[in-house]
Amino acid sequence: MMSLKTTIQMNKRFDALFAILGLLSLLVGLTTLLALVVDLFLDGADHLSWTFFTSFPSRFPEKAGILSSWVGSSVVMLVTTATAVPLGVAAGVYLEEYAPKNWLTSLIEINIANLAGIPSIVYGLMALGLFVYQFRLGQSIQTAGLTLALLILPIVIISTREAIRAVPATMREASYAMGATKWQTTRDHVLPYSLGGILTGIIIGLSRAIGETAPLITIGALTFIAFLPHAPFSSQFPFVSFEWLEDPFTVMPIQIFNWVSRPQDEFHLNAAGAGLVLMVMVMVMNGLAIAIRYRFRKKIKW
Amino acid sequence: MSLRIHEKIIEGGLFLAALSSILITAGIVWILVYESVVFFKQVSLFDFLTDTQWTPLFVDPRYGILPLLSGTFVTTFIALIVAVPLGTVAAIYLSEYASHKTREIIKPTLELLSAVPTVIYGYFAFLFVTPLLQKFIPQLPGFNMLGAGLVMGIMIIPYVSSLSEDAMKAVPMHIREGSYAMGATRMQTALRVVFPSALSGIVSAYILAFSRAVGETMVVAIAAGMQPNFTLNPLEPAETITAYIVQVSLGDLPHGTIGYQTIFAAGLTLFCMTLFFNIAGHYLRKRFRQAY
Repeated sequence: MMSLKTTIQMNKRFDALFAILGLLSLLVGLTTLLALVVDLFLDGADHLSWTFFTSFPSRFPEKAGILSSWVGSSVVMLVTTATAVPLGVAAGVYLEEYAPKNWLTSLIEINIANLAGIPSIVYGLMALGLFVYQFRLGQSIQTAGLTLALLILPIVIISTREAIRAVPATMREASYAMGATKWQTTRDHVLPYSLGGILTGIIIGLSRAIGETAPLITIGALTFIAFLPHAPFSSQFPFVSFEWLEDPFTVMPIQIFNWVSRPQDEFHLNAAGAGLVLMVMVMVMNGLAIAIRYRFRKKIKW
Repeated sequence: MSLRIHEKIIEGGLFLAALSSILITAGIVWILVYESVVFFKQVSLFDFLTDTQWTPLFVDPRYGILPLLSGTFVTTFIALIVAVPLGTVAAIYLSEYASHKTREIIKPTLELLSAVPTVIYGYFAFLFVTPLLQKFIPQLPGFNMLGAGLVMGIMIIPYVSSLSEDAMKAVPMHIREGSYAMGATRMQTALRVVFPSALSGIVSAYILAFSRAVGETMVVAIAAGMQPNFTLNPLEPAETITAYIVQVSLGDLPHGTIGYQTIFAAGLTLFCMTLFFNIAGHYLRKRFRQAY
């Protein structure tokens, strides 16, 4: 009788120990994240001044800033969004609402799952061979934007599909019963209901794209850019210009990489400052995605 | 009538968008093979796979991929040593122990680990983790595989924990209840009932994490160095396949030279490795889905 009691007690003790072990392993990850943020903050916070955002990179660390790289990141993201969002959402809608069950559809599905697992640098090699040298798009903003768009396409497609799948069939049937066509049903009912999930996926994809370094280095992005791309608007006819698409560029992660790779400590501090800015951008995007997902899940009750 | 045509045009457009994903894969495979074929006309596949020197940019070039492979595998191995135990235990905790509320808060926070840009992890590995390690191992050089591998391991924890947790969550409740009814504790149920039932899903999580670590670029390019080094010693600097591609891309190699083609041969090697592991992972996951 006594031995049974001790066995139970021992098992309970092991159970509690294991729960502590689980918490500890979670803590290792979370502590590292905290250490990373604090380290960046301690090294970089002093650098965040107005001039840091409005200066070009420089040979002198105290004068160097991130003007060309944050502008570069913004315009590259513009091209990425304009390409990946329509393409990814359309593909997701097709696969979920239209696609017949045949070999071609399953080929496309397997292919998308596989694309999501290809290392980002391989996308860079593809872009270098195809966009830069075959299509002659140059080592430019358009090439960079397209490359990142292809990279996040699987994320957009997969989250679009998941969001659409969550819309119950009764919604569609009600719409069909009123005489709506398939596209009318999709456009007016399915897409609005799945907007939250789609938006979440797009933001997550873009937050991934804004932090990508390797594929853009591979296509030959320059690390030292002391000028801005052409302005998209002008005072002369036709007022809008797309010349900026062909301009060379640099982006925030490449600027950070460049500063980290230099031997001087002063440049490392610049890297921390730029890293902090990039980190805040990524965290804000992720926070936004979580908030949207949470809100939509609360709001919609089927 | 025009409505029907309108519908058809839209369906066609949506179909083309879906088809574009196949074009991307075709583009990747075509470019990698197209450039590598030129490379392998000048370097035999046997030399590529067995030579222990990788010095393609030297006067006397040697094209053995082994030093890059050793760098890739050592850093990946260290990352897995970190990520597999931590990720698995964290997944068990989240799936079997944590309350709904705790999980709702901790899981998205943990997933932020994989949202941090990799260049920032590179900074962290090079300027925080390596100096910290040097306090314990004074002879550790500034560039080393240990620091890079450790940071990469933390980075891929969410890949292990999320997929493993999904796999364990998919184990039906009545199987757990059977175990509890026999008087088992949560730990016994988790380790002896849930874990084995979800094993194929968990292993597929490990495989996908492996494939992610093999393809990771910036952490190793910044913190592990850019010197090909045929060694298995994690305390030494070494270059991975991905870091080599970055190194060549930073210099301005003219299009069409053999130096330019080496990055495509290296990329093809990387692509084949990750493709193999991704397919293995998906196959395992599919099998586990059919189990219940």
